[in-house]
Amino acid sequence: MSLFRIFDISGSALHAQTVRLNTTASNMANIDSISSSTDQTYRSRQPIFAAQLNEAEEAASGVDVLGIVESQTPLRREYRPDHPLADEDGYINLPNVNPIEEMADMISASRSYQANVEVLNTSKQMMMRTLALGE
Amino acid sequence: MGINFNQALQLHSQALELRSRRTEIMAANLANADTPNYKARDLDFKAAMASAIGAAQPLRVTHINHFLTRSQHPDELLYRTPTQMSLDGNSVDSEQEKAAFTDNALRYQASLRFLGSRVQGLMTAIKGE
Repeated sequence: MSLFRIFDISGSALHAQTVRLNTTASNMANIDSISSSTDQTYRSRQPIFAAQLNEAEEAASGVDVLGIVESQTPLRREYRPDHPLADEDGYINLPNVNPIEEMADMISASRSYQANVEVLNTSKQMMMRTLALGE
Repeated sequence: MGINFNQALQLHSQALELRSRRTEIMAANLANADTPNYKARDLDFKAAMASAIGAAQPLRVTHINHFLTRSQHPDELLYRTPTQMSLDGNSVDSEQEKAAFTDNALRYQASLRFLGSRVQGLMTAIKGE
């Protein structure tokens, strides 16, 4: 019965959205993690989603998190010569996290999460009703 | 004359099966609402149902130059026409999918109710009370 597969499909989506919320949390937490070298500065992390591959092309598929990549947009640099972590030119490096983008991403992730929970709930109800058939 | 269970339940049990398949497809669409390059899919329920109950007459290929038409694969998953394409190539409209999912779930429960009444009818006939 294909209703059972919905638990795998929506479950994978719940996992993917949780990963996305986690990266958002990490980005927001590290928004002020300053450093003197560009290599050591925290960079915004983004998950990469991809539809799961199925042996049967026609079957519906869940979602996979392929990995988490670091954003390559340039770091913010601020001239703060009095800062203890300033480099020889007097600059400090701030992470390339954009708080507005992160907030929008967080809202989108939580809405998607809710939608998938709703799907799971409805499917469960449908299965329970089916099990009670003929009573 | 014996009771033919298949005949008594056929239509609704097949509707249920197709509905549950469609539920799965909608769930997959909603799961992939944020996946780049994912295209929303759906089932042509009317064609699939017609083929399931044997009402559809597929086009016959009687000549080598005749094309196979889609009506010969009514179970095939189709792609939804996007209302608004997004930049990442995803064509899932979550609101549309949610509405379709709810609609489908309701129709599933309606079929289930019909099937339940059939079963109860059969039980009454069997018990003969």
